[in-house]
Amino acid sequence: MSGRGFPARAARATQDERVLKAVAKTAQLLLEKRKAAIGGLGDFEERRTRAREIKERVVANLDSLAQTFAQNATAAGAKVHFAQSGREVGALLVKLARERNLKLAVKTKSMTTEEIGFEELAHAAGIEAVETDLGEFIIQLAHEKPSHIMAPAIHRDRAQVGQLFHEKLGVPADLGVEGLVAAARNHLREIFLNADLGITGGNFLVAETGTVALVTNEGNGRMTTSLPRLQFVVAGIDKLIPTLADLPEFLTLLTRSASGQPISSYVTMVTGPRKQGETDGPEEVHIVLLDNGRSTIAAGPFWQMLYCLHCGACLNHCPVYRAVGGHAWSSPYPGPMGSILSPLIWGLDEYPELPDACTLCGRCREACPMAIPLPDYHLKLKEKRNARALLPRLGATLASKPGLYRFALARLRGVLRKGSVPIETRAYANWTKARALPMPGEGPTFREWWKKRKEGKA
Amino acid sequence: MNHQAALFITCSADLLYPEAARAAVNVLERLGVEVTFPEDQVCCGQPWLNIGDTDGATAMARRYLETFRDQKAVVAISASCVDTIRNRMPGLFAPGSEEERAIRGLSLRTWEFSEYLTKVLAFNSPPPLKTPRATTYHVSCRSLRGLGIRESVENLLGAMLGENYKPLPDAEVCCGFGGSFSVKLPEISARMMKDKLGAIKSVGAENVVSLDLACLTHLKSGAKKSGLAGLQFIHLAQLLEEALAGGEK
Repeated sequence: MSGRGFPARAARATQDERVLKAVAKTAQLLLEKRKAAIGGLGDFEERRTRAREIKERVVANLDSLAQTFAQNATAAGAKVHFAQSGREVGALLVKLARERNLKLAVKTKSMTTEEIGFEELAHAAGIEAVETDLGEFIIQLAHEKPSHIMAPAIHRDRAQVGQLFHEKLGVPADLGVEGLVAAARNHLREIFLNADLGITGGNFLVAETGTVALVTNEGNGRMTTSLPRLQFVVAGIDKLIPTLADLPEFLTLLTRSASGQPISSYVTMVTGPRKQGETDGPEEVHIVLLDNGRSTIAAGPFWQMLYCLHCGACLNHCPVYRAVGGHAWSSPYPGPMGSILSPLIWGLDEYPELPDACTLCGRCREACPMAIPLPDYHLKLKEKRNARALLPRLGATLASKPGLYRFALARLRGVLRKGSVPIETRAYANWTKARALPMPGEGPTFREWWKKRKEGKA
Repeated sequence: MNHQAALFITCSADLLYPEAARAAVNVLERLGVEVTFPEDQVCCGQPWLNIGDTDGATAMARRYLETFRDQKAVVAISASCVDTIRNRMPGLFAPGSEEERAIRGLSLRTWEFSEYLTKVLAFNSPPPLKTPRATTYHVSCRSLRGLGIRESVENLLGAMLGENYKPLPDAEVCCGFGGSFSVKLPEISARMMKDKLGAIKSVGAENVVSLDLACLTHLKSGAKKSGLAGLQFIHLAQLLEEALAGGEK
């Protein structure tokens, strides 16, 4: 997978009416539900200001918070591991799989596991990891990648899912939504009961108590954390929050922004393994605190990206995302947050074009529960990428001279009046693909009119 | 009344829409404002900011300060330029520096045209148009999310147009222009433009009014290419000019 080539992929994607229709349907639904839920809150601004203050402290103290979390999780009986990259997570999986004979895993939806290519890592350790979130389950059956961080199968319509289930699960092709859900449930039930380990991400890591909090709607999170004998958590250090009292604040912002729910159907909180006298829960809990570039982001000019709750609201509100769908990004993280996060994690050389995927319309920042300045970050990344470009600076030097500016405008006006340009630049070709050349208004220029008028008055 | 304002014409009007700039002057004068036009004005620097060239944008910002620093008020007829001046220009200079303070002060004396009318002049009730045509309002992203302008303009349009004001569905969605975006990712831009033109068609509008001439250029050029000939794309000032002139120009 290469991140280069966004413009070509995106151009093709604008023609895929079926995908765009499916994306529009769900994204618009989520957007409208969010709007109602945020409106119902009444004090969204105050809440996101408070949440930003907490996250500011978190990002400034990632190391010490991670240590506090590790101490408290360890005290609760969990084993905490620190990983710099996916490779280290893979090595740990190999070790655990060998020592404990782990073969089959059930897995909840987690973008952090997507980020490190978890399925392949598990496979290399001899573990088959089965996705149990309905959307992720669909994607896995279809051998696809998610195209939305919250609704991974947003690009598929119901008929396509029906056909897929028919082919892969042998169920009738004409099942309704309830029938499809039941088919997935039937298929997964047996796997849940046989799984050796449960793999989850973590929406929040509570430092004060060493608790991993999971937000789900299908109950699969609860089963993944209670049925198998071992639980394996992979979560980025950006998911740390200081205290349990902070959790409700963040949950409210997350679920209302993501799906318009006051709270998700399930909030699963895991603090260590099964304790003496308890009848369920895993015997072992392993928690991997993943860095994968996060410390570097925290120390640089884009630190607010670590405020991100991965709610997906910026995707739903982004006109570019809506016009192309998520796969064009060729990254686990598409949309506005993905255009920033992908180059930060994998490098601008890998994703050089993503900073351009923004009209600066500002809708993402407005919707973001953490008010991350996503449009500004696009500009800042462009600035970083274009650092060596000399031509624009020359242009500005010339254009800031009034005489030259007037001369250039007059020349350009002359060219446009003729309706054709002397040199066909790429910008010209791209502009005229779907648009005519602009035609200056008739009559005298404003400056001519103004001069005449002044003379007339005098 | 003793209002004085310098017109900041902005590149779009200077190059493409002299009629919008003339209308702005006529409306302001009719409302008792003494209008001046400092001729050494140039671009606000937005295109440089949009491609991530802050050095270039800083050069333009210095020129803006030099041109307008002695003005009591500056009125600009493109919302995205005012958004640039107000919300981005001060950040180009070292916090607390003399230049930063001067720019910040000037940016607070720089008004978008409709803002100047409704906030400074408290002009909210234009007369109805004699021969109103079905008109919709393209809420530009920068006027809405950059400057927080929407209702005040909808009220002006309602007063002039009555039932002929046709609100646009999904009005707060971008038209796909985005400056360099429109030529860097033309297919995406065109897709968004088509959706916007579709919405305009769906309400049966003949006129499209906006506070952003750049969006209008983009939509107008797209409409022309796709054969939507009857549509007029005009600045709010032009409609107000007509209303204030009582239907005769």
